[in-house]
Amino acid sequence: MLAYLVRRIVFGAAVLAGTSLITFLIAFVIPADPAVAMAGAKADPQTLASIRHELGLDQPLYIQYARYLDRALHGDLGRSYVRRESVARLIVSRFPATAILALAAMMLSLVLGVAMGALAAAYRGRAADNALLVISLVLVSMPVYWLGTMLLIAGGLYLRSFPLGGWSGPLSLVLPTLTLALGSAGYYSRILHTNLADAMDQEFIRTARGKGLSPARVMLRHAMANAMLPLVTLAGLDLAGLFSGVVLTETVFNWPGIGRLAFEAIFNLDIPLIMGTVLFSAFLIVVANLIVDLLYSWLDPRIRLGEIR
Amino acid sequence: MRRRMGALEAAGAAMVISLVAVAALAPILSPHDPTRAVALTFGDPGAPSLAFPMGTDELGRDVLSRIIYGARISLTVGVAAMALTLTIGVAIGLLSGFFGGATDFVLMRFTDVMLSLPALLLAMAFVAVLRPSLMSVLLVIGIVSWTQVARVVRAETLSMARRDFMLAARALGAHPRRLIIRHVLPNILPIIVVMAALGTSGTLLLESALSFLGVGVPPPTPSWGRMIEEALVYFRTAPWLATFPGLAILYAVLAFNLLGYGMLQRRAR
Repeated sequence: MLAYLVRRIVFGAAVLAGTSLITFLIAFVIPADPAVAMAGAKADPQTLASIRHELGLDQPLYIQYARYLDRALHGDLGRSYVRRESVARLIVSRFPATAILALAAMMLSLVLGVAMGALAAAYRGRAADNALLVISLVLVSMPVYWLGTMLLIAGGLYLRSFPLGGWSGPLSLVLPTLTLALGSAGYYSRILHTNLADAMDQEFIRTARGKGLSPARVMLRHAMANAMLPLVTLAGLDLAGLFSGVVLTETVFNWPGIGRLAFEAIFNLDIPLIMGTVLFSAFLIVVANLIVDLLYSWLDPRIRLGEIR
Repeated sequence: MRRRMGALEAAGAAMVISLVAVAALAPILSPHDPTRAVALTFGDPGAPSLAFPMGTDELGRDVLSRIIYGARISLTVGVAAMALTLTIGVAIGLLSGFFGGATDFVLMRFTDVMLSLPALLLAMAFVAVLRPSLMSVLLVIGIVSWTQVARVVRAETLSMARRDFMLAARALGAHPRRLIIRHVLPNILPIIVVMAALGTSGTLLLESALSFLGVGVPPPTPSWGRMIEEALVYFRTAPWLATFPGLAILYAVLAFNLLGYGMLQRRAR
């Protein structure tokens, strides 16, 4: 178990190093000159040269990367060219809004997805199963930002019960959460349905049935325990996908989170902020996967006891 | 092996064919020029009417015609990006699964790194750097979406490599290239076809999202994602402007999803 833990952490760190290299290279190929971005187009060559020197832009690429990595490890992600604030501080101030939204959406999508998947598996092969399959495929196929706009029109404009974006109390959370959760819910319900169908074909289910247990108990206690495990891993892996949804949802709802910060950064070609937000989201994804992995190995005795690596 | 097409698969196939037909016949099907002002209501979006069933936008252009022409961009980018995604994904998955060892380790760790980066952010940053154009958009979508294909192809290749016919072919001294092309590839082709259908729904969604964020195929080409973005300003006064292009995206993405899941279902039976 401990060896497993160590291996996962080393692996996570390696992935982060890789992502940092990729974000660094993106920043390097951006044609905009950071010195011009800071000093303005009318700055004289001398000022530009001194800014370049100050930023270390006159150094070889690998030294720039080493410095970047060193500073990033100390929590220094540089200063935003446009906002002229510390990138790390900007990210920290925007993080709570994104975390609330993402967690709420993740919980809602898991609850909805598990309910839909279990219902479909219970009616396997019948009309209700097919109807649920089509519903989940429709949910998966909806563009997030369009769903958000439609919910905004329906809930904010016609029903007048929800605020039209921004943050003004807990009610503001409802529409963005729905927007972000419905697509994932459709996805999870498909996965759970497949897993449940596989589990229901196993020998131990026949044994449980043979013991005279009720169908509901067989499904919920015996089959679900096996079908839920892969879902935990998937929910962790899906976090990268969820983050793409976060960017779109935050843009539609004017949500003060990291997704919109990243969107603005890319629009302004604000390089340190682009690198910071991409790296930070990769960091979140790696950490979440690590937690999921550990949770998984703790939930599954076969891994806990070292039978499968 | 061949079984009858299921209802889902048939519905998906019919929807895909209808999409291709609309895109190909756009000049004949669309009632107006999608780039010209045809309504008199310049400056204000026009509500749906008999003359303009889906209304007109703030520049007096016919929304229905723009949606019909938008199918061209979506399908072109979606399918071309998928072809690129498949090429990269299949190549990496095959090499990784077939050779194993260090090759597998390096390629899969690279895949893990790509999986940990949020695809949309990465794509936005790339397109912003390359300047939005038809070419840059489809290149970038291909570059950020191959990870899933690579993983599935690797797993399938691994299971193939252990089969008896592979051992036999190897024992006969077949060259690795011949083993991959003659023995592995034909056997994993069915799953690649499924991935192509499911993957196209992904590239379509990503294309529309990039357009929505303003880094898609540039104007005046009508694109569904950008139509929604432009309609956001008018969502209080002209909600239909955002509604119809979204339904078009939903239809296209659903078509490929139904096709893909339908094929999967048939394989599982």
